[in-house]
Amino acid sequence: MEKLRYERPVVKKLNTGMMNKFGTRTEYNPVTHIDGVSVKELISTYGSPVFTISERTIRQTYKDCKRAFTNRYPKVQMAWSYKTNYINAVCNVFHQEGAWAEVVSGFEYNKALLNGVPGNKIIFNGPDKTDDDLNLAIENNSLIHIDHLDELYRLIEITKEINKRPRVAIRVNMDTGVYPMWDRFGFNYESGQAWDAINKIILNDQMDLVGLHCHIGTFMLAASAYAIAASKLADLAFHIHSKFNKKITYIDMGGGFASKNNLKGSYLQGNVSSPSFDDYAEAICSALLNAEYSKQELPILILETGRALIDEAGSLCGTVLANKRLSDGRRATIMDFGVNILFTSFWYDHKVSPAQEFSHYTEDGVIYGPLCMNIDVIRESITLPPMKKGDNVVVHSVGAYNMTQWMQFIAMRPNVVMIDMEGKHHLIRNKETLSDLNDKEVMPAYLKDFSI
Amino acid sequence: MIHKIREWALIGMFNRMRIKKNIAISESGFIFNPTTGDSFSTNPIGFEIINLLKEEKSKDEIRAFILDRYFIDESTFEKDFYDFSTLLQSSQIAEE
Repeated sequence: MEKLRYERPVVKKLNTGMMNKFGTRTEYNPVTHIDGVSVKELISTYGSPVFTISERTIRQTYKDCKRAFTNRYPKVQMAWSYKTNYINAVCNVFHQEGAWAEVVSGFEYNKALLNGVPGNKIIFNGPDKTDDDLNLAIENNSLIHIDHLDELYRLIEITKEINKRPRVAIRVNMDTGVYPMWDRFGFNYESGQAWDAINKIILNDQMDLVGLHCHIGTFMLAASAYAIAASKLADLAFHIHSKFNKKITYIDMGGGFASKNNLKGSYLQGNVSSPSFDDYAEAICSALLNAEYSKQELPILILETGRALIDEAGSLCGTVLANKRLSDGRRATIMDFGVNILFTSFWYDHKVSPAQEFSHYTEDGVIYGPLCMNIDVIRESITLPPMKKGDNVVVHSVGAYNMTQWMQFIAMRPNVVMIDMEGKHHLIRNKETLSDLNDKEVMPAYLKDFSI
Repeated sequence: MIHKIREWALIGMFNRMRIKKNIAISESGFIFNPTTGDSFSTNPIGFEIINLLKEEKSKDEIRAFILDRYFIDESTFEKDFYDFSTLLQSSQIAEE
């Protein structure tokens, strides 16, 4: 007789009518394939854990977002937010779709240049731009978004030294009715700081003020905040035109659109609580269309959304290292990936799916990473079917920020693989090795030898 | 290592474990303890082990039965049986 598939024996207390802090069961089918590629094949080829990026999902999500805006507004330009995921293959998928580059540091700027993005299609944000960065951006005719007065004055000095007129915008922060108000980027609208900066730029006449920018927050669950921000920027642009007879050619609404991930502490699931691209587009485009522009004078609308465009395209395939019972009776499952590579598990209750067949029986438990650190918790409470050592899982929607904020801590960063439109997989970032770490270190001669 | 685990198990706490007499178990894996009023559910393999314990099978007999019936190695079963037995005792379904 053929032997049966084994499942760890479980017994679970039933609490009729009581709230379950672990939530309800969410997994009904195993996720055995990603874009047609077997999870087992990916792990056997590239090791475990391994990040995967779905090119198909990136392109589809990008098109969905672009369409939502172009259906409502005639001049839309997307710019890929490098900090969200700056693996070159990922960036180039967005560039192939027509996105410019939006960078926030000198190294990101150079990454965009090396990827082949023309300098005049790079938006340079961020509070930290060195003299070398500014010189390079001016030389390449990039769009420099000024964050503070110190940067403005330094830019004026540099333009005098090299006798060139950079194209600039100012970053504007404002009250959009959400708490906490993000007032750390740029110049404040309500207090008059923004007007002060605008006056200084235009009257100084060393640079061309071509745009206005804002970045009102992150994971914004209220699309209405963008309507307020767009109205205020449009009002600013209109008054610049009235006062100086100067046309602002673009309004950049920054990023901050929410993905469908589940925020920690959120009552509703992300796919219910997060606004759609259409919701954001309706708020922003309506505000701009209702502003005091004629059809010919409408500014270009630039969008720098990152998270909402890439989160769903990323998955993390991993393996169960061990199971144990905690002192309070909870089941603990230890995975081979931790917060060192899954930084977003501090923010989200990531959806985790088994990658092999399972029964309908479940256990409440906690998922830990492999790090020897108490904070290494992937899910504090989750209901999953029993899994054994060696079983595989897929963590969903990990495309944003993990592959940029990951840490070389205790373990090295793993391989990253892209699955193309035909279902073929390509290594797009090699896993790190000890030499990647040791090669950067320098041992003073007197410390080389010891005896124990 | 397996030998060692078995040795520990033999001198351990689950050799003479039995299901309490008043525990009601349905064929669907629903378990009811009339003393405490608690109810539980178990999966098919858990149901089989509980029934074997109810028949007062020894741990060795249970191990042989499971290894013969399922794709599973001995050390994994030992580990899971230990965990399951602990749960049955702490849930007051079984006693030594």
